[in-house]
Amino acid sequence: MINRVAAISFNTFREAVRDRVLYNLIFFALLLVASALLFGQISIGIERMVLINFGLTAVSMFGIVIAIFIGIGLVSKEIDKRTLYSVLARPVRRWEFLLGKFFGLVGTLVVNTFFMAIGFFAALLYLVHHFQRGDAYLLVALYFIVLQFVIVTAVALLFSSFSSPLLSAVFAFALFIIGTFAEDLRAFAALAHGPAGWIATVAAYLVPNFSALNVISSVAHGEPVARTLIAYNTGYAVLYAAAAISAATLIFERRNLK
Amino acid sequence: MVDGPLGSARDRLWPIAKAWVLWSSMKHRAAITVTLATVLVVCMSGAVLLLRRIDRLRSGATLEEVLYIPSPKILKRMSLGYNGLVADIYWTRAVQYFGAKHRARATQYQLLAPLLDITTELDPHLIVAYQFGSTFLAQKPPEGAGEPNKAVALVERGIQANRNRWQLYYELGFLQYMELHDPAAAARAFERGSQIPGAHPFLKILAAAMAQHAGQLLTARMLWTTTYESTEDPMIRANALKHLRALKVDEDVPKLEGLAAEYQRRTDRQPASWADLITAGLLRGVPVDPVGNPYKLMPDGRVQVADPDALPFINQGLPAGKEPLEPGARAR
Repeated sequence: MINRVAAISFNTFREAVRDRVLYNLIFFALLLVASALLFGQISIGIERMVLINFGLTAVSMFGIVIAIFIGIGLVSKEIDKRTLYSVLARPVRRWEFLLGKFFGLVGTLVVNTFFMAIGFFAALLYLVHHFQRGDAYLLVALYFIVLQFVIVTAVALLFSSFSSPLLSAVFAFALFIIGTFAEDLRAFAALAHGPAGWIATVAAYLVPNFSALNVISSVAHGEPVARTLIAYNTGYAVLYAAAAISAATLIFERRNLK
Repeated sequence: MVDGPLGSARDRLWPIAKAWVLWSSMKHRAAITVTLATVLVVCMSGAVLLLRRIDRLRSGATLEEVLYIPSPKILKRMSLGYNGLVADIYWTRAVQYFGAKHRARATQYQLLAPLLDITTELDPHLIVAYQFGSTFLAQKPPEGAGEPNKAVALVERGIQANRNRWQLYYELGFLQYMELHDPAAAARAFERGSQIPGAHPFLKILAAAMAQHAGQLLTARMLWTTTYESTEDPMIRANALKHLRALKVDEDVPKLEGLAAEYQRRTDRQPASWADLITAGLLRGVPVDPVGNPYKLMPDGRVQVADPDALPFINQGLPAGKEPLEPGARAR
């Protein structure tokens, strides 16, 4: 089973890295990081902060765009090109196929993030000449960004399992935006009573919560990130992604591919 | 070689025909490439030229007093969690806005306070926005917006969000004393700041000086010395140095004028130059201002600085007709 999932993951990774769009997006992300150096110079006293905010936001936003645009095509592309049939004709289960696709894209995003992080740290080193102890928390922020990608990939895969690529992209983007308001939704649920309150509570817990995964602003100020938050966020991302993949598998297992 | 009118016509047409043959011989794709590249360059150059004309027609349009989204709360929602970056953008916008207005010697800075409010709401820990922003707001026009109460409110909001930053208490005390002329409130701010671990030791001294109602020049010197010593920012240091130099001039000039008056009392005539005061034993040498220029002794016994532009904050020693930058604020 592990071999089959690994083989599909590797092929997904290989297919993704062949995509020229991916390189363009990484190039633009690195360009943004470099431009942050110039942006900081037209302000006062925030050169380092601008670079961190700008750089990590670029890594996060471009990664999410990559996750959605590749994620939505993971299943539908295989169906359109009819390659899915040849895969499923072999002793590969549908859930193994989905899991392999998921790990393949997450692997691609981790590698992308690694390269964008190198560019980001190079720009930071150029600006400040030496790293401080507090800069270790920048790695935590990058780790949280990867956790965001894990959730977004799972969500994109879920939509991809039953919808067209265009609609999947719209749904995934909408869910990402709603996810950034998850805490507001929860505050609204706490204020509302009766059915409206229940619906709001369910919606608040159903959508992915991205706000806890965004610590860019606080690490830019050199504030530490609690270890418990790292552990809880990891657990949350893993559980949410597992739930989304399970839902995707449930739909995909029942889907008529004839 | 053919002579005559027919021959010369053929000579003239020959290069055109050659170009045509060359053009025809080019591959179709290459021709399209050359044509499109030419169109691209011509159109882009035309667009740039037109845009320059449009800019001249709409001069100052980029400095319009418009804040498209005035609500910090809405902006925070719209930033999708990347509020640190949006705060940086708004802080840069505030700096650019202030810089442009300051350069234009404006007397109104309508957008400055809202821009600073948005910045600090988006990122309440952006200390520079409180430090510089309050200075931008407090200083009298054209040096600043002339809104010291808003500056105090901004710093107090900063203290609420960053209770362990002694620099903000210092900023608050500074504004209370320099801009609102309230030594009691300044003393309270310095006292509160001095209790924070790691606070600059001068805060305690400043609190005591305020409580004792020390002389304006002495207090102002202590404030600017603390500012100079407690920051690594070259702009703040340069500004503090200018103020310290101005304070030195404000202290020197009355002393020197006193010596000239003493000379006049002794000899019954005004001193013609510093040499007279040196000969009389009232001075050891020609006095120089903090930028290294000798002070000028005027025929009526007044003392002036040689280059008032090099000492922008002085209240004493100014040539006739030149007003102090901040009238009434002697200490600054």
